[in-house]
Amino acid sequence: MPVRFRFAAQAVAVVLAIIAIALIPGMIELFAVMQLTLFAAMAVLALSLAFIWGFGGILSFGQTAFFGLGGYAYAVAAINFQDSTPAILLAIVVPSLFAALLGYFIFFGRISDVYLGVITLTVTLILFNCLNSTSGDGYRIGKALLGGFNGIPSVPTFNVPFYPAEVLSPEQSWWTTAAALLAVFLLLRLLLALPAGRVIVAVRENEVRASLLGYDPRLVKLLTFILSGGIAGLAGALYVNWGAFVSPTIFSLSLSAEIIIWITVGGLGTLLGPIVGCVLIEYIVAYIGSQQALNSNLVLGAVLIVFVLLLPKGLVPTARDLLMRLVPAPKSKAQLADAQALPSAAPSHLAGAE
Amino acid sequence: MASLVPLLKAEHLTMRFGGVVANDDITFTLEEMELRCLIGPNGAGKSTFFKTLTGQLVPTSGEIAFRGQPIAGKLSHEIARMGIGIKTQVPNVFNGLSVRENIWLAVRRKATPRAQRPAVDAVLEMTRLTDHADRIVATLAHGQRQWVEIGMVLAAEPELILLDEPAAGMTDEETFHTAAIIREINQTRAIIVVEHDMEFIKQIAKKVTVFHQGRVLVEDTVAKVLADQRVRDVYLGKKVAA
Repeated sequence: MPVRFRFAAQAVAVVLAIIAIALIPGMIELFAVMQLTLFAAMAVLALSLAFIWGFGGILSFGQTAFFGLGGYAYAVAAINFQDSTPAILLAIVVPSLFAALLGYFIFFGRISDVYLGVITLTVTLILFNCLNSTSGDGYRIGKALLGGFNGIPSVPTFNVPFYPAEVLSPEQSWWTTAAALLAVFLLLRLLLALPAGRVIVAVRENEVRASLLGYDPRLVKLLTFILSGGIAGLAGALYVNWGAFVSPTIFSLSLSAEIIIWITVGGLGTLLGPIVGCVLIEYIVAYIGSQQALNSNLVLGAVLIVFVLLLPKGLVPTARDLLMRLVPAPKSKAQLADAQALPSAAPSHLAGAE
Repeated sequence: MASLVPLLKAEHLTMRFGGVVANDDITFTLEEMELRCLIGPNGAGKSTFFKTLTGQLVPTSGEIAFRGQPIAGKLSHEIARMGIGIKTQVPNVFNGLSVRENIWLAVRRKATPRAQRPAVDAVLEMTRLTDHADRIVATLAHGQRQWVEIGMVLAAEPELILLDEPAAGMTDEETFHTAAIIREINQTRAIIVVEHDMEFIKQIAKKVTVFHQGRVLVEDTVAKVLADQRVRDVYLGKKVAA
């Protein structure tokens, strides 16, 4: 019965989210809508790391590598095809293939977690430097001039699929971006409920045990890495669509670090938390940027320290724990929620306490 | 004699860690449906032997054959798929998942979706974890976590089961129950048990292999091994004295 109740509650939440997405452009001014569009694109990036880190147990510093590759793949393809339809597809496929290649060497080469962090970080820097040095007429892919540090300006934004002339309005862009965010969220939710998703979590929990039961952890991690790379690539396309511009700064290390802060603030091991964390932090950064009273990096650092010290589980798991304490009646529901949503944070905490 | 292929055959198995020889030229044969106990003092090489059998370590030299197929140097998951299951010395479980999910992860590799639930329920029943099925494994007591791991090994239905100190941390009553389960699964499967508890070994053992300093010291029936002076010297003597 609690399971059914939980499912109903989630269905209601999804319906409410759809209604909110549909109505927002009519309720707030255009500038705010565009800002929300940016947040939604970034939230897709947050989900890509939330999935691989929170559920796959792989702390990749390279999500911006896939994000940037997706952005560049979209820009180059959109300029060449003059249609965003194949470009969006390529923005997912190119980073996925790159993740497959990189991941193959990392996971099948049995490279340990620490080096995985170093490698993903380094690859991001290499991509930054490569694209940084592509100024000049020689560096072009088809009609697209890569432009070195200046990047690619006036990238065609999204159009109605297969109708290049029908370019989306800012409101339609919002609907598309928000719908993509919701779709990625639901897709990951579904995957994690399926046997394949449970195996991903099992490998995170205990790689040795998983392999002694006959699961190949290398393959499981590789597939997780590829999927997360593809999602980050989609986020890149959404981001470039928002700004109609892409430059090597898309590979910046500060963004890599920021994603990790989003997730720490929102809650590792959940999917909702990183979205909340992303929107909150991005809003704060944007607000500070418009004030000039404080340095935003300083504030970000302070926020990270405060959360690590005071709310190590993050906002969403803490809020859920509080809610469970206030409503103690359906106990089995509470256990179920724990089992499904945050196997990482809470129980490992418990294990440490023992 | 050579017409029958033994279930497991290790020949001249050696495992070196730098200057330390953990397993030194071990030759070991296990027949189908056999129940074997492996004893020996700490550091005798029992767990290392188990690790080479399950692909967690690649032996320095020597051969291992499972039903005639070479497995030395294969990866853990490949060996697991061939039908060797192991309960490791330090419990290896999925701490953040529920008991039911732990067992289910072992069941689902072989069982069809429809057969999974009854199979999980049967294992939970056998390991007396039914009442704890929805609890997170990390919140269980040590003995119960041992059961979860034993349950996972049984649930995967391997042809050969390796149990490294299955009764460690269990009460006398739980140990007795473990012995009963081992005898029961031995009706259909071969088992190798590493244990220190001699009472436990007397309850289950038929044939015993004694490891000492990485080598096989004696291999005989329980009664003869317990009567063997060398065994008393290296192992039981200390145990009795302590």
